[in-house]
Amino acid sequence: MADEVRVSINSEYDIVTARLKGRDLAAKLGFSSTELVVIATAISEIARNIVQYAKHGEISMSIIQQGSRSGIIITARDKGPGIPNINLAMQDGYSTGGGLGLGLPGAKRLMDEFEVTSKVGSGTTVTMKKWLR
Amino acid sequence: MLVPILKQGDYLIASVQSELSDEDLLKLRDELVKRVGELRSRGVIIDVTALYVMDSFATRTLRAIAHMIRLRGAETIIVGIQPEVAFTMVQLGLKLEGVMTALDLEEGLAYLQTLHTSKRR
Repeated sequence: MADEVRVSINSEYDIVTARLKGRDLAAKLGFSSTELVVIATAISEIARNIVQYAKHGEISMSIIQQGSRSGIIITARDKGPGIPNINLAMQDGYSTGGGLGLGLPGAKRLMDEFEVTSKVGSGTTVTMKKWLR
Repeated sequence: MLVPILKQGDYLIASVQSELSDEDLLKLRDELVKRVGELRSRGVIIDVTALYVMDSFATRTLRAIAHMIRLRGAETIIVGIQPEVAFTMVQLGLKLEGVMTALDLEEGLAYLQTLHTSKRR
């Protein structure tokens, strides 16, 4: 894929880097100023989940084309402990890490498409997309 | 990135200059809670005009700062939340419950002054 941006997530400082790079990539595509904030915030939430639960991981972001529409796809991968119950993790207010429990469900609300796959003991992958209107 | 904290009369003004890491936010919290006592401030304004991401961690920390400052006997007002940021916070489900907000620094200062004039009566 062209224009792929990868950010390795190893500390809380990488959260800021990931959301800045994501915003820059989305800006190239022509998203509105509100959508740029929305995308950067969603990246911030999923990047923090990596730092908090898996310690290390990676976020990759690229521009995608599907028919006549274009958008941004963001994938967060880690080899952390995994999520035992995804349905529970997707509920507002549920957190095992002492947070507000709005990270995953909040990021889902911010994006157009959102998918979590996770296997206990081997890691979690979050894929989210936002389409240009 | 450290957040400069200025003393203006009875008030402290913390102006966020750029994006903040989680640690920067926690440092700001500790610094404000300490200085409000040292300088005997009666109000704190946190200007977040320069912040373009207010995620769940930032919101939780700002809320905690406001509550801690209140326990120290002063009031906190968050000013400068940008329209895009407000939109995103609502979508995410983030609330600044129990925290005062104002449009900008000027409004924030006026708000604090009103609070203290009414308290003196």
